[in-house]
Amino acid sequence: MSPHAEEEDATNAYQSLSETTGHDDPRWAFGSGFEDVQAEIEAPVPDGVDAADLAEYCLMLGDDALVCSHRISEWVSNAPELEEEVALANTALDLLGQARVLLSRAGHVEGAGRDEDALAYLRSDAEFRNVGLAETGDDLDFGVAVARLLVFSTWRLALLSRLVGSRDPVVAAVAAKGVKELTYHRDWAARWTLRLGDGTDESHRRMQAGLEEVWPHVEELFRTSEVEHRLVTAGVATDPAETRGEVDAVLDQVFAAATLTRPDRPGRGTLGGRGGRQGSHTEALGLVLDRMQSLARAHPGASW
Amino acid sequence: MADTGTPATGTPDTAPHTGPGTGALEAGFDATVAADRRIEPRDWMPEGYRRTLIRQIAQHAHSEIIGMQPEGNWILRAPSLRRKAILLAKVQDEAGHGMYLYAAAETLGVDREDLTERLIDSRQKYSSIFNYPALSYADIGVIGWLVDGAAICNQVPLCRCSYGPYARAMIRICKEESFHQRQGYELLLAMVKGTDAQRTMVQESVDRWWWPSLMMFGPPDGDSPNTRQSMAWGIKRHTNDELRQRFVDMSVPQAAALGVTLPDADLRWNAERGAHDYGEPDWAEFKAVVSGSGPANAQRVAHRRRAHENGAWVREAAQAWADKQAARAARKDAA
Repeated sequence: MSPHAEEEDATNAYQSLSETTGHDDPRWAFGSGFEDVQAEIEAPVPDGVDAADLAEYCLMLGDDALVCSHRISEWVSNAPELEEEVALANTALDLLGQARVLLSRAGHVEGAGRDEDALAYLRSDAEFRNVGLAETGDDLDFGVAVARLLVFSTWRLALLSRLVGSRDPVVAAVAAKGVKELTYHRDWAARWTLRLGDGTDESHRRMQAGLEEVWPHVEELFRTSEVEHRLVTAGVATDPAETRGEVDAVLDQVFAAATLTRPDRPGRGTLGGRGGRQGSHTEALGLVLDRMQSLARAHPGASW
Repeated sequence: MADTGTPATGTPDTAPHTGPGTGALEAGFDATVAADRRIEPRDWMPEGYRRTLIRQIAQHAHSEIIGMQPEGNWILRAPSLRRKAILLAKVQDEAGHGMYLYAAAETLGVDREDLTERLIDSRQKYSSIFNYPALSYADIGVIGWLVDGAAICNQVPLCRCSYGPYARAMIRICKEESFHQRQGYELLLAMVKGTDAQRTMVQESVDRWWWPSLMMFGPPDGDSPNTRQSMAWGIKRHTNDELRQRFVDMSVPQAAALGVTLPDADLRWNAERGAHDYGEPDWAEFKAVVSGSGPANAQRVAHRRRAHENGAWVREAAQAWADKQAARAARKDAA
């Protein structure tokens, strides 16, 4: 680079200090890839689709992403290496971006005036619709974190790749962008599963232990709720039960290469037939929400 | 590669301090610096220049990494999803800045692992500002506005630093820092338009961060022994007090636009100088923070040490796996 070009860059960095900030597009943090997010979020509910069902479905997909993003964000400044610091933050940011669009869509379709923040910050744990896997903590054990992301990203990629043709334009748009993101998340998690599984004796033991820890939450991923059943018929949702074969095949391939064993543990039971999709959660979610919502709830009427 | 007209001899690490040829090498180095050209890793450089750069770039890298802690502390509690995304992206950028800077330091013959050890053993320092706690969400805005603002004043001249890899890293970093500063200021603008509690929170935060931000430029010129040599070497372009003055002059109208008061009774416009007069920072506090007894020094280093040690088994696994892969590939080639 010529000295002259450097000079220009230096000058620009100074200039931007005095630029005004009031006209910044408030939607930029959705990330790139959504041409006009607001227009998509406000698109009409497709014909023959029940609005309440669609709102509920957007909450399911959105809450999975939001809560899992929160868990991954716990790693900020705690990762084993700087490259992993960047990768984990990036993954958390991708999922947060998906959550924001999906919660915005849920709020719009519901029609009760709730925006993404009202839904994220002012619901109780029983109103969250995420699966148990997303809320599982890892106590900053990298083996558990990798196991959780491996299973979560493999499953979510299978879902989103089927949802690119959803009749709901927002679900379809999130899926189209999300497939690229989840492909990277799954790749990152699979690579670490290989390194840890086939690394040292200690890493093998800890990676296997991580899988054992998240495994009770796997069965729930393939349980189809009534809302999903109805929306599959309406062409909006995909049936999670149908992703099982793909998820199993991917995981088995990773386990074999990583010299790991598929855990043999029973799934976490339901409560009166209800699981995460019906608002029945583990004790962990309440603690996640206490932390996530504390500041927003302490300042009603505030603008951030 | 800088066009010094001097053939590079030997690797930088073994370049002689004195002896035959050093005079010509040094003259070439001096000419490159005098002509405002860049010194590149393969060029001869005085050992003092190399040591100064390693120390400065490592401290800068450490500052980015330690600086993730006070902000990371608020990601999980960010009060809106948009603010959460902005903060997460910012902290991710800081990890990226740490990576570029450690890579720039590595061109001088040190390695990142060793620099990290020096950080967690407190043998190397980082910016004193991160030894203050982030106690409210207004701090996220004020850190962006004042702390990143001060960092930019310090760093923009480094884009013209005589050492090429550092200068190039700084160009990219400054662009992102300037974006962060605007985001911080924009958060504060939103908060002062909000509730009384939010306005109080912003003022309280400014009261805590203003003086430590002024201290980010380092001791007064009369008490900064390394400045003269760093300026002669083209590492530093302005003195501490010059940069501090620029920061004060830049911040005063921004504070007015926010409707906050900067906590300095002596702060006023001096028409004769065409600059603001301002009070003297508490240099005793600065010395205490720099020497390890600030409000959060122990916590910051302990956190970094804990993360590094908790990750040791992961790094060992990655190495063991890479070694196995290499051995397998070698066996395949042999077969």
